[in-house]
Amino acid sequence: MSAVGGASGGSSVGSGGAVGSASAVSSGDAVRSASAASDVWRFAARRAVELAVTLLAASFLIFSAVYLAPGRPETFLLGGRSATPEALASIRAHYHLNDPFPVQYWRWLTQMAHGDFGTSIQYRAPVLHLLTARLPGTLMLIGMAAVLVAVLGIGAGRLSARRPGGLVDQAVLVVTSVAVGTPSFVAAIVLIWVFSVRLGWFPSIGSGSGFFDMAYHLTLPALALSLYWVGTLARVTRAAMLAELSKEHVAVARSRGIPERIVLRRHVFRNAAGGIATMSGLTITGLVVSTVLVESAFGLGGIGAFLDSSVSVKDFPVVQAISLLIVTVFVAVNLVVDLTYPLLDPRVRLGARNSA
Amino acid sequence: MNTAQRSQTPQKSQTLHIRGLRVSLPGTARPVLDGVDLEVGAGQTVALVGESGSGKTLTSRAALGMLPAGATASGVVEVDGQDVLTMDARALRRLRTTTAAMIFQDPRAGINPVRRVGDFLTEALRTNGAADKRTARKRALALLDAVGLPERVLRQYPHELSGGMLQRVMIAASLMADPVLLLADEPTTALDVTTQAEIIALLRDLQSRFGTALLFVTHDLELAAVIADRVAVMYAGRIVETGPAEQVFADPKHPYTAALLAATPRLDAPAGRLAVIPGRVPDLRTEIAGCAFAGRCAHAVDACGQERPETAAVPDRSQATVACWRSSTLTLQGGASRG
Repeated sequence: MSAVGGASGGSSVGSGGAVGSASAVSSGDAVRSASAASDVWRFAARRAVELAVTLLAASFLIFSAVYLAPGRPETFLLGGRSATPEALASIRAHYHLNDPFPVQYWRWLTQMAHGDFGTSIQYRAPVLHLLTARLPGTLMLIGMAAVLVAVLGIGAGRLSARRPGGLVDQAVLVVTSVAVGTPSFVAAIVLIWVFSVRLGWFPSIGSGSGFFDMAYHLTLPALALSLYWVGTLARVTRAAMLAELSKEHVAVARSRGIPERIVLRRHVFRNAAGGIATMSGLTITGLVVSTVLVESAFGLGGIGAFLDSSVSVKDFPVVQAISLLIVTVFVAVNLVVDLTYPLLDPRVRLGARNSA
Repeated sequence: MNTAQRSQTPQKSQTLHIRGLRVSLPGTARPVLDGVDLEVGAGQTVALVGESGSGKTLTSRAALGMLPAGATASGVVEVDGQDVLTMDARALRRLRTTTAAMIFQDPRAGINPVRRVGDFLTEALRTNGAADKRTARKRALALLDAVGLPERVLRQYPHELSGGMLQRVMIAASLMADPVLLLADEPTTALDVTTQAEIIALLRDLQSRFGTALLFVTHDLELAAVIADRVAVMYAGRIVETGPAEQVFADPKHPYTAALLAATPRLDAPAGRLAVIPGRVPDLRTEIAGCAFAGRCAHAVDACGQERPETAAVPDRSQATVACWRSSTLTLQGGASRG
């Protein structure tokens, strides 16, 4: 049974009579479903190995980047005071800063593998605690931004594709150009000025407490965070739908008297969903990275702002842990997107890359 | 138009009636369809034959009101007595769902790859409220049986079927609402030879069983002679010859028909080179004063290039026409083994 089964392999199913080809299809079905189940496991196993290798490589890069960056953490620890060479040496010894690079890396790696994310130099507290305290706000911000991107981005793209070149389409193109061209920190400043300073509708700082208060406090940050990705996803959705609109099966659907809104939903948007899903995956990771800028601009005490402040004081353990966290999110989101492909397009099968 | 009125007299009503159809595209010097007249009677099979670019696909699509974006059309297109060119979107949808249906050339491209075959079959009936789920499914099963496919195909995806099976699905889908007119646009071109023969046999069988009129668009004259009662030969947006299939094939009256027949490769005359028609179909950017074929015609005289030939009845032949200044004086070679 061919892996993708479709485009080329289909004709091999049977060019004889209907009866002959019918039985060929039925035996093929059994093979297909049995191998599909084992495919999922093989796929999952392979991705787990890939995840481990990716994290290992990323950990090495992150550790070396922090190690090679100019500036020394002990300078921050001393807070600008001058210290005796003895004091300096004891600090360096305490944080193992005198060990050679491979030894430092190995110690860090084995600690991470045991779930020990180390101790923050800046706060002298376990990194894990510091992160979990800041996680809810950041997760909520990313969640709100993701919903905005999905609703506004895909919605605008669909509106655009309904009548390409029309008034709505042109308006969407202009608005998305502005959205894509505006950096999130600039958007943050404009939003604060208009909605907090001038209109006073939203707070300009802080992340609030309790679900609704948090949602209220995070509205402007989520808008600033999502703007670029709304524009990008709208354009990707539009392009994917236009590509699908010119396909012959759409002309066939119209020739059969199927109402236009159903043609757009079932035959255009549905078929464009694969490309839109890929872009949505990239969007999530992009949002995670952009929180660094947006949380700082709105004075939110989340993971992003924490990374920002930790980098500036050379708080190695925190920078490394957050960087690894971002890499993990990236790999995980891609895995989820890959797993949705077979649901979006029956021609795609997990692990097809291996057996093809 | 008096021709339109004539077609509405009850005793002579045609399933497809096209009179003086003229379709122009923006940025072209002459119309793509330049006064097409075509009739398909109830239950009749008519083959529309011509080279690529002659306008045959456009003619068949006009019967469903499917014109290219920006095209302007004049003339009369009637399906089952209803005027297609003046229909609004709603009426067009009803026409396409219940009265006429098209079978497309490439079923692999024409059927949505991410939806199940069952959805494809029942979709048109269900989305227009013409049938509920159970009725539509029952109808789909009956038609799958009629085209020789098993029930399980309903749950399968297009990529799990062969091209021939998919074209059977396409044919079954076209018959879902029991239309009076089927339009088949080169339905076998994308298939391999053995499958082609099966599909043609199936189409003939279903067409007589369901009493559907069929307009069969093809570039293959031999195939046209096999399947059709009548043939209409098209060149550069005009119908140049019509008539009963066997007679047109055996004794063509238009030099273009004869040239097409001579250019058809055949197995029983292996010796000698294949005849080709010199030149090419005139491009849409040039205007044509006289006969569109004059520039490539072996029998052309000066007059041919100056005035457009009238469409005239062929003497001693029923419902046959030819548009050629010289046809009454010419003796043309017909198709080989058939006459």
